[in-house]
Amino acid sequence: MTGLRLYGRYAAVSLRSQLQYRASVVMQSIGAFMVTVVEFLGMWALFDRFGQVRGWTLPEVALFYGMISISWSLCDALGRGFEVFGTMVKAGDFDRVLVRPRSTVLQLLGVELTLRRIGRFTQGVLVLGYAIASLDVDLSVPRALLVLAAIIGSICVFLGLLVLQATTAFWTTETLEVWHAFTYGGVTMSQYPLSIYRSWFRDLFTYIIPLGCVNYLPGLAILGHPDPLGTPVIVQWLAPLAGPVFLVLALQVWKIGVRHYRSTGS
Amino acid sequence: MVAQIVVENLCKAFQVAERRPGMWGAIRGIARRTYRTVRALDGISFSIDAGELVGYIGPNGAGKSTTVKTLAGILVPDSGRCEVRGRVPWKQRLAHVAELGVVFGQRTQLWWDLPVVESFELLRDIYRVPEDRYVRTRDELIAVLDLGALLDVPVRQLSLGQRMRCDLAAALLHAPPIVFLDEPTIGLDAISKLAVRDFIKRLNRENGVTVVLTTHDMDDIETLCTRVMVIGGGKILSDGTLADLRARVTRERWLTIDLADGVTWTDEVDATVIRQEGSRVCLAFDPQVVAPAELIRRVTARYAIRDLFVENPPIETIIARLYAAESLPP
Amino acid sequence: MMLRPYRAILSARFRMLLQYRAAAIAGVWTQIFFGLALIMIYEAFYASTTVADQPMTMVQIASYVWLGQALLAMMPWGADSEIRAMVRSGAVAYELCRPVDLYGLWFARGVAQRTAPTVLRAVPMTIFAVWALPLLGLPEWRLEPPTAAAGVGFACTLVGALVLACAMTTLINISLLWTISGEGIVMISTTLASFFSGMIVPLPLFPEWAQTVLGWLPFAGIADLPFRVYNGDIPLADLGLVLARQLGWTLVLVVLGRRLLARGMRHLVVQGG
Repeated sequence: MTGLRLYGRYAAVSLRSQLQYRASVVMQSIGAFMVTVVEFLGMWALFDRFGQVRGWTLPEVALFYGMISISWSLCDALGRGFEVFGTMVKAGDFDRVLVRPRSTVLQLLGVELTLRRIGRFTQGVLVLGYAIASLDVDLSVPRALLVLAAIIGSICVFLGLLVLQATTAFWTTETLEVWHAFTYGGVTMSQYPLSIYRSWFRDLFTYIIPLGCVNYLPGLAILGHPDPLGTPVIVQWLAPLAGPVFLVLALQVWKIGVRHYRSTGS
Repeated sequence: MVAQIVVENLCKAFQVAERRPGMWGAIRGIARRTYRTVRALDGISFSIDAGELVGYIGPNGAGKSTTVKTLAGILVPDSGRCEVRGRVPWKQRLAHVAELGVVFGQRTQLWWDLPVVESFELLRDIYRVPEDRYVRTRDELIAVLDLGALLDVPVRQLSLGQRMRCDLAAALLHAPPIVFLDEPTIGLDAISKLAVRDFIKRLNRENGVTVVLTTHDMDDIETLCTRVMVIGGGKILSDGTLADLRARVTRERWLTIDLADGVTWTDEVDATVIRQEGSRVCLAFDPQVVAPAELIRRVTARYAIRDLFVENPPIETIIARLYAAESLPP
Repeated sequence: MMLRPYRAILSARFRMLLQYRAAAIAGVWTQIFFGLALIMIYEAFYASTTVADQPMTMVQIASYVWLGQALLAMMPWGADSEIRAMVRSGAVAYELCRPVDLYGLWFARGVAQRTAPTVLRAVPMTIFAVWALPLLGLPEWRLEPPTAAAGVGFACTLVGALVLACAMTTLINISLLWTISGEGIVMISTTLASFFSGMIVPLPLFPEWAQTVLGWLPFAGIADLPFRVYNGDIPLADLGLVLARQLGWTLVLVVLGRRLLARGMRHLVVQGG
C-alpha cells in the first residue's frame, strides 16, 4: 500500500475515533469558529476607526487574513502528531513509531486529522469570500490557482514549523512553546500585509521563516496591487514555492533529530 | 542451526545530566550542566538460534531495555556488532522491523477509541500484509487467543487481560519470525497470565517463532524459558538454562517442615533456619554436606511432624544472590 | 484558623504551578513576540489616520499592549485540568466529603491557577518592556513607568481585577460539572473574556456606540480598566468607581457560582456520580 493510500486509512480511522465524541467535537468546532470570528471583529473595529492601514483597505487585508486562516487551520488539522510530539517522546511512544516499517513522518501525520479545526477553516473561507466579493477582483483561472498555491505554500511553511517544534522535543520537551511565536505569532502577523511592519520583522518573515513569500507576495499578485516594497510581479507569482522548500529543509532537520534520538534514546 | 540473532561486544554509554540540589543548583545548571557517563551496555555478547525462547532479566537500569531497543533497531550502539536475520537493525530499519513483532506490556499499540478489528486492519495496511495471508493469520490468532467476542469492542472498554491478548495478536498479524515481548504479563490477573503464557509457549513450540522475553515476573521465566540471560551493570552475568543458573549461584536447597501441635523446634546441625512462622519451619541446606534423605531421616527421628517438602530456592532469591555476588544493587 | 484549609490548598497549588518554570520562559518569549507584532500593527494604524484626535495616544497603546501580555495568564481562559479530570473520572464526589466550603476551596484553586503563572511571566515581561526595549533602540514602544498616583491606583485595581478574574475562573470550573455543555461554556467564556476585556483590541478603540455596552459588561474590569488607570486614561478621581465595578461584579459572580455549584453537585448526585 502506498504512503498516500495509507495516509487515507489513517485519516479515516482518526475521523471515526473523533466521531465517538460527536457532541464534544461539534461544541469545540463552534467554539473555535466563534473565537476566530470575534478576532476578525477586532480587526473590523480598527478599520472602522482608522479607515485604512498604510494604504490597505479592510477587504484587501481580509484576503491575506482569509488565506492564512485557511492554511493554518488545515496545517493544524494535519500536523497534530507533530504538535503533541513532546508528550509522545516523554511517554516513550516514539519507540512504537520506530518499530513499524513506515516512515516516521507518515506515521506522525497519521496520528490525527483534527476535525474541530473546521471552526477556523470556516471562518477563513468566510473572510476570504468577503474579500473576494467586496474587492471585485478579476479571479481568472491563473489567479484562482495562485490562491490555491498560496494556501498550499503556507500549509508547507506552518507544517515545517511544527516539524521543527517536534524536532526540538528530541533535546528538550519543556520549552516547545517558543515555537508558538512563529506558528500562532506567524498567523497573527500574516493577517496583515507584510509591508506594514518594520524592516527587520519583514526580513525575518521573508528570508528565515518565509510566511511572507507564501502569503503576502502571492496576495499582491492576486489583488493586482503593486508592492510598496517593489517586489517584481514574476517573483510574486513564484514565491509560494518557498513553502515546499522550507518544508523539505525542516524535514532534513527532523532527520538529524531522529538520528540524535536513536543515539541517545532519551 | 543458524543463529538468528548475533550480538558481539555491544557497547552503549549515555550522558546523563546531573541535577544539582536546591534553587541555586538549578540556576547554575542552566549555565553549565555536568554530565555523568552511564555504561548501559558494557561489552555484551550472545547469540540466539531460531526457535529459542529466551528470558532476559535484570533490574531496571541494568541495560535490559537498551539491549532490546538496539535489537529492535530503535537505538544505535556505540560499538560492537549486532545482526538479526543477517541485517544490522539500525542500518536497515524498515526491512528489519517488517519481520519483527514487538509488544510493550505497559503501552498498547491499539487505537484507543476503535473496535479491535479496525486496529487489526490498519496494522495490516501498515505492514503491507496481503489480504489472504492477513485473513488466515487473523483467524488463527482469533481462535487461539479466543478474541471472537472482543473484536467489535472499543479498546478503551477492554480489561487489561483482554487488551493484552489483543495486543499479542496485533503484534503477530504480519507473522514475524522474531518477537520481542516486554513485560507481557504486567498487571494481569492470574487467569489472564496463564492464558498469555500458554499462548507464548504455543507460539514458540508450534510456529517456531523466536521469542525474547523481558520480565520481572519470575513465574514467566520458570514456566516458559529454556534459557535465561541475566544482565546487570551492562554485562551479561549469566546465560544458560535455569538449572545452570542455579548451579552457578548456589547448591542450596530448602526443606520446609510442618511440625505437629505442641512441638517446638530447637536446631539442626547441618541446616540453617531461614524462616519460622508458627508451626512451619524452613531450612536451607547444602546437599553435598548432608543428603536430603539423611536430613529428613534426622528430622523425622527428632520431631513429630505433619508434613514436609524439599524445593529449590525461588528464582528471585537466586538472582538476588547473583547480584550480591557481583556486588551490584538489586 | 478558619481560613487554614484554603490557605493550604492555595499554597500547595501555587507551588505545583511554579514548577513549570521552563514553560514560563518559553511563554515569555512568545508573548514578547506577540507584543512587538501588535504594537507594530497599531503603529501602522496610527501612522495611517488623518484624524489626529484618537481616544488613546500611541504611547498609551504600547503600555496597554505590554500590560496585556504581561498579565495574559491572569485572564480567565481555559479551565482547571485537574477539576476536568476529576469530573470525568467521577472522583469529584470525594470533593463533597471534605469538611470545608467547596466553593471556597475551588476559589482558592482558582486564585492559584491565576496568580502562579502570572507571577512567573509578569516579572520578566515587565523588565523587558520597561528597560530592555529602550536598550534595543525601541524606546517609543516601551512600557512607560506610571506616575506615582497612577501606580497606586493600578495596584488597587489590579487586586480588583484578580478577584474578578478568579470569580470568573471558578464559575468556568464549576460549569465543567456538566461535561459536554461545560466544554462549550469554557469556549464561549474564553471568547467573551478575550474580546470584551480589551485583550484583542483595546476597548477605547471600539466605535463610540459600543462603549456603553462594553462599560456595562463585567469583562472590562479584568484588563481594560486597570490598564487605563495605569496609563492615565482613567483619572484617579474615578478610582472608586472602577473598584466598585470590579467588586460589584465579583459579588454577583460569586453568588452565581455558589448557586451553580450547589445545583451541579445535586445534578451529580442524581446521576450517581
